[in-house]
Amino acid sequence: MNALVECSGLAAGYGGAPVIHDVSFAAGAGETVVVLGPNGGGKTTLFRALLGEIEPMAGRAQLRDRTAYVAQADRTSLDFPVSALDVALMGALAHGRWWLPPSRADRRSAAAALERVGLAAEAATRFGELSGGQRQRVLIARALVQDARILLLDEPLAGVDPASAEGIAALFGELSGDGRTLLVSSHDIESARRYERVLCMNRRQVAYGPPAETLTRAVLEQTYGSEIVVIDGSGDRVRALAVQHHDHEH
Amino acid sequence: MELVGSFLLDPLQSSIGRHALIEVTLLGALSGALGFWVVSYGLSYGAESLAHGLLPGLVGAALLGAPLIAGAFAGIVATAVLIALAARDRRVGPETATAVAVTGMLGLGVLMALAPATPQRLAELLFGNPLAVSGGDLAAAAALTLLGGAALFALQRPLAALAFDAAAAGSLGVRTGAVRVGLAVLLAVAVCVAVQGLGNLLALAALIAPPLAVRRHANSVGGAMTGGAAVGAVSGIAGIYVSYGLNVAAGAAVALALCAAAAIGALAPARARARATRLRPAPSPR
Repeated sequence: MNALVECSGLAAGYGGAPVIHDVSFAAGAGETVVVLGPNGGGKTTLFRALLGEIEPMAGRAQLRDRTAYVAQADRTSLDFPVSALDVALMGALAHGRWWLPPSRADRRSAAAALERVGLAAEAATRFGELSGGQRQRVLIARALVQDARILLLDEPLAGVDPASAEGIAALFGELSGDGRTLLVSSHDIESARRYERVLCMNRRQVAYGPPAETLTRAVLEQTYGSEIVVIDGSGDRVRALAVQHHDHEH
Repeated sequence: MELVGSFLLDPLQSSIGRHALIEVTLLGALSGALGFWVVSYGLSYGAESLAHGLLPGLVGAALLGAPLIAGAFAGIVATAVLIALAARDRRVGPETATAVAVTGMLGLGVLMALAPATPQRLAELLFGNPLAVSGGDLAAAAALTLLGGAALFALQRPLAALAFDAAAAGSLGVRTGAVRVGLAVLLAVAVCVAVQGLGNLLALAALIAPPLAVRRHANSVGGAMTGGAAVGAVSGIAGIYVSYGLNVAAGAAVALALCAAAAIGALAPARARARATRLRPAPSPR
């Protein structure tokens, strides 16, 4: 497998002690990876190290193709005067010529991306007036215009209603089918079973592998500690919930 | 009718009035367009600090007989360097460093302005006088406005991407540091142009009032910038007419006209934001 995303012995932080350490995993083209961990467990730090925003303190973090970062939609400036189409067009900045207005080809590409995420009719709607799920789709459309082969999605389903979350999860499947690699950080242990790989982190890598091997009671307890609530621990399949504390995220 | 005609033609009949009208149009248009970004990036305090801190540069230019715009630029550079030096001390912090540096520069400027050798009155430097703008000042303002406008046009897309989603801007290919530096340089240019007509205390009105007037009503970044430019220019012209009509200080009249526009824009009900879509409608699951 030619890995598009690879970490090897990665330690990273913001000066002082590393926030994450001993992270080693690889993901190939078309693979979907969910990154599970408590708040402060280092999911965002991992993404920042992969994006090159912070230098590794040890080891390495590599992205080997065009990459898009999709932050939580509510962390964008919701009162900024941009439409869904304007936001999708921001993806064209990655192609250069940033000093010129978007070309017709850029506009066609943005329109096609919005259509792909099911929002062609909302193209002219102001971004801040869309629902949470629709905003997340627009940001994914922006990544499509960017023609990103790797997508890092930071808790894309947080605050999204279940029906929208279902639609976005289906979209992830389509993007993976295109050969795009997806790294998705999440708190939702149950929906983690949809992904091909699960990376469990709590300031260090606890486990990495298929859901059947990683979503075990022992791994989840190591990952979440007291934040885990096991609903059904009998049999092979553990059902559990992570209790979210909204403190500072790393 | 004759009275109205006389009122409208009065400022146009002398070069002083014509220069003033061109000056406030230039400073209103550039500051109005840039103001959208100043507010979007939360730089209002920084803009105020730069405008206040440059006073020694203005007084120095008056002492030397140099163009005020050159003095303003020197004052901004000195203020920026002082702030950067003071902010290096982590115990002080950037906000305190800015406050101390700006207050110090303002005090120095007042001392220099009150010196017997200084030819220009302190009030004109603090509150501006568009009616005192020379042809050379106007040419410099026009050149800076053209350059600033072109730079704003070129930077519009990266500025929007960074203002909208700072976390993702880097992965979109935006050089975030360079864009922020570019915006700071544009801010310095706009302040240089604005202080020439409005002085160092009132220049901020040209940067902050237009975006406040249009932000709730703009549907797009381009609309917010052009709307801000139009509000800035029209308010400036209205201020000059008020100054002529009521025989009051021109700089203050322009600043008040800008603030009146901001109040009207902020209080006026926002119009419907629906824009005609150019795309084929399709069902959109939420």
